[in-house]
Amino acid sequence: MGAVMGTFSSLQTKQRRPSKDKIEDELEMTMVCHRPEGLEQLEAQTNFTKRELQVLYRGFKNECPSGVVNEETFKQIYAQFFPHGDASMYAHYLFHTFDTTQTGSVKFEDFVTALSILLRGTVHEKLRWTFNLYDINKDGYINKEEMMDIVKAIYDMMGKYTYPVLKEDTPRQHVDVFFQKMDKNKDGIVTLDEFLESCQEDDNIMRSLQLFQNVM
Amino acid sequence: MAAGVATWLPFARAAAVGWLPLAQQPLPPAPGVKASRGDEVLVVNVSGRRFETWKNTLDRYPDTLLGSSEKEFFYDADSGEYFFDRDPDMFRHVLNFYRTGRLHCPRQECIQAFDEELAFYGLVPELVGDCCLEEYRDRKKENAERLAEDEEAEQAGDGPSLPAGSSLRQRLWRAFENPHTSTAALVFYYVTGFFIAVSVIANVVETIPCRGPARRPPREQPCGERFPLAFFCMDTACVLIFTGEYLLRLFAAPSRCRFLRSVMSLIDVVAILPYYIGLLVPKNEDVSGAFVTLRVFRVFRIFKFSRHSQGLRILGYTLKSCASELGFLLFSLTMAIIIFATVMFYAEKGTNKTNFTSIPAAFWYTIVTMTTLGYGDMVPSTIAGKIFGSICSLSGVLVIALPVPVIVSNFSRIYHQNQRADKRRAQQKVRLARIRLAKSGTTNAFLQYKQNGGLEDSSSGEEQVLCVRNRSAFEQQHHHLLHCLEKTTCHEFTDELTFSEALGAVSLGGRTSRSTSVSSQPVGPGSLLSSCCPRRAKRRAIRLANSTASVSRGSMQELDTLAGLRRSPAPQSRSSLNAKPHDSLDLNCDSRDFVAAIISIPTPPANTPDESQPSSPGGGGSGASSTLRNSSLGTPCLLPETVKISSL
Repeated sequence: MGAVMGTFSSLQTKQRRPSKDKIEDELEMTMVCHRPEGLEQLEAQTNFTKRELQVLYRGFKNECPSGVVNEETFKQIYAQFFPHGDASMYAHYLFHTFDTTQTGSVKFEDFVTALSILLRGTVHEKLRWTFNLYDINKDGYINKEEMMDIVKAIYDMMGKYTYPVLKEDTPRQHVDVFFQKMDKNKDGIVTLDEFLESCQEDDNIMRSLQLFQNVM
Repeated sequence: MAAGVATWLPFARAAAVGWLPLAQQPLPPAPGVKASRGDEVLVVNVSGRRFETWKNTLDRYPDTLLGSSEKEFFYDADSGEYFFDRDPDMFRHVLNFYRTGRLHCPRQECIQAFDEELAFYGLVPELVGDCCLEEYRDRKKENAERLAEDEEAEQAGDGPSLPAGSSLRQRLWRAFENPHTSTAALVFYYVTGFFIAVSVIANVVETIPCRGPARRPPREQPCGERFPLAFFCMDTACVLIFTGEYLLRLFAAPSRCRFLRSVMSLIDVVAILPYYIGLLVPKNEDVSGAFVTLRVFRVFRIFKFSRHSQGLRILGYTLKSCASELGFLLFSLTMAIIIFATVMFYAEKGTNKTNFTSIPAAFWYTIVTMTTLGYGDMVPSTIAGKIFGSICSLSGVLVIALPVPVIVSNFSRIYHQNQRADKRRAQQKVRLARIRLAKSGTTNAFLQYKQNGGLEDSSSGEEQVLCVRNRSAFEQQHHHLLHCLEKTTCHEFTDELTFSEALGAVSLGGRTSRSTSVSSQPVGPGSLLSSCCPRRAKRRAIRLANSTASVSRGSMQELDTLAGLRRSPAPQSRSSLNAKPHDSLDLNCDSRDFVAAIISIPTPPANTPDESQPSSPGGGGSGASSTLRNSSLGTPCLLPETVKISSL
């Protein structure tokens, strides 16, 4: 008798399921598919040539046929470059910096705009982008907690096996050094102007900014 | 690396801008990749059929033939195309892998040929996409089994071939497991089988009543009690043989713990134990009851037949794998029994002299009725009882009859599925392990690259070790990225061994020697004294070389002071551990410009500039075997210098 009851109940659920599935299936079929603006427009907006844009788009489209990257995919892609450690937190912050409109997905235009700034932009633009990256809550100020989060995320990418052995307070020390340098008026937060000023004073940083010039 | 990662490398490198303000050391300069002509279309000619694709497409998988510089071996300069003398139909699938990231398995081709093509193009078979994976594996397994069968048939014809030097133990085990291998084994196999049968029959016959010889009145006695001695002798003989067999198996087993835990050995033990317990237990009335119960366990000897019968083993295995279905059947039956028993009990409660004295008593009625046995020892007498009794017997038919075909089909389905699932599970482990291995290859690639002294400035081109020069552009850039991360955090990537050694060093507080593969720390241009790291280096030195602490510190300080002297914008100074001595000797520079000192101190190389050392007294003498010193300190000059320090 238990078997009989069992068969009855399974029949019932079978009938109920198709209706729900149909809706979901339909939703999936109208998948998000995004097309970028025209090639000329993008060329005008960014510092890339047409050929470079073509190459970039071909790669992007191949990886994300739907035309957008969501955070999960982004994290996976970034994690492949850092197999030693855990790149998810840093990828998370990166994603939110790329996603300027806070929609939760990065389109090709966002992608190309950010790349244009980072690779071909002026020093000022690059530093401003970096400031945006550090400013996690986008309130215009960097405080110590935000910096700690970022630094911790970077150290996470190193993984467990480092030399010298990573200690608990290494990130904190790093943050303290950073604040000492950047925070001019010692009020515990770094504004954009303080940041720009301090970076422009530091030769190392200025020189390193030219590092990724020929990435494309 | 996985699909299309090469496409994202420029973006990952751009994102490294976020590290710049944090970096406490200057970052190394980017590798000078020769100007690529943007994207171009390559022509791949496979046995006459031309395939054209973007160069970028092929570059997506740099660890395959087409993605790496290996394809240059096949380049035909006259026609400007890459020529492969292989099957063009198979190549289509290979090329599609580059395009889509998924490797599909052709349905109509031989699996072996496909495997060979994959091996040629450097693709791991585990890359086959999920859609085709199961079929691929099944066909491969089929193939493998067929080949294995052929081999076995060959072997059986030739006669079993044991390694010549096998010990008695191994031979014995083999004889036990495969009785067909030798005549003695076969004889032993049949003898044990015979004795199992004899023992079981004796147990059965023991209880048959045999007529006593002309006794008045003819008392019926079970044969066991009439011929106690005979049965005892037979039992003893059987048990002796079983014990001997068990001990021999225990001796021959390659893994005794595993053998002790196996089901067959447990059955053996259970079969012979009652006899011994019976011997040890004294024959008094109190325990003889228990002793009699023990004899029941002798029937388990019949399970020893499962060694002799493949079918029995399969049945046991299937029951085990079908346990959940059987459990469900039992559960639903129990539910039905309880329900009907309760109903019958309350229906028959009123009657006098009823058999349904309690619900558990009614269980018996319910079971007998539901299984349509109908003994008739318990019968309902009230009308309600009869009605419910009939409902019970009707539903009993359904309850028993319905699940049986389901279970039977489940048996065969689950049995086959289990076989396949086990196979898949085993293969999954292998698959994941191989993919992990390939991944760890890239993880280790960076460490390996450092070891090979790869982090050298490309401007000192001639001195680069050959293996370093042949890295692809992708690798160069990726390694540069990881190097920047190291610089930002002032920590290096190491492998597990070094890490645990370093941990041990920290805890022990002193080590005299360190044979590690931690390597280089190139220093950026111009800032030979970076802020954070000399302190760290000193700390390291102190930690790791207690005994030679003074020496190491001294050498560090010497290096520091030397660095202070030279404010030249010398680009990379390089230090690499384990640089082979001949590498440094082969460096063809002007000796006056080039200073290399190889100091064998059991300390890590300095983060600080790896400067030349004038006669450093401590350098040579601290415990290591060979010290190489090359040339002497030249005047500080502005020409690029390469200095190597290695500790052996």
